[in-house]
Amino acid sequence: MELLERFAAGDLEAFEDLFRQHQKEVYRWTLRIVRDTGIAEDLTVETFWRIFRARERFDPDAGNFRAWARRIATNAALDHLRHARKETELSEDHPAPSSGDSAVRGELRGHLRRAFLELPAKYRLVATLALIEDEPYNEIAEAAGISVALVKVRVFRAVRLLRKKLSSFGLEAAAK
Amino acid sequence: MSNERTRHENEQELQTLLKREFPPLHNAELQRDLWPQMLRRLDAQPEPLRVPWFDWALAAAVAATLLLFPSVIPALLYQL
Repeated sequence: MELLERFAAGDLEAFEDLFRQHQKEVYRWTLRIVRDTGIAEDLTVETFWRIFRARERFDPDAGNFRAWARRIATNAALDHLRHARKETELSEDHPAPSSGDSAVRGELRGHLRRAFLELPAKYRLVATLALIEDEPYNEIAEAAGISVALVKVRVFRAVRLLRKKLSSFGLEAAAK
Repeated sequence: MSNERTRHENEQELQTLLKREFPPLHNAELQRDLWPQMLRRLDAQPEPLRVPWFDWALAAAVAATLLLFPSVIPALLYQL
């Protein structure tokens, strides 16, 4: 019996094999969304927990395990973004490199950071992947289970919200 | 057309600022094997017991019978 068939039938060894094959990729994808190594590790385990529980719904003949795992990981990360407190997010793990910014530049960065953290989770997800990580729209759409058109709409709305917030802080230069 | 171009330029400017504030993580790698953590999770949270739909239907039918015909309850208890 093939690995995926054994997994779907509840074989723990098959699940372990799949876990070891895909954990790095699931972790990398999750980290790019949540931007915190500890949270990304927890969410990787959460993702595989959801995968294990949903194994009966996975069709080994028709299914692409990698794509399925990525979609579940995206949902787990989105749930995290919805529920986590703002202060703990977007991480001290990967701070922006410090440079000799002027006071105005520093203020802009602070406001931009805050504005980004305040984006609704579904906009932040696509904005992070599309604008920061340069992920192709079709990959984002597949991972989020939405259409490419909807990804574009959400990116557009995220940019508009960011501009609006920056305008409200009086930072017209970046908000035009 | 000009507005479109201006909007695109502004989006690119915002994107540049975002990337400066949140550097992309293309090369981040997992530093340890998470399988032991996964095993702990599997042990700590066993799967919820799944009751087949037929059992639920049977239980509902019994409950409905007892509600509609409460007189059968003593007979049932006597049999037990």
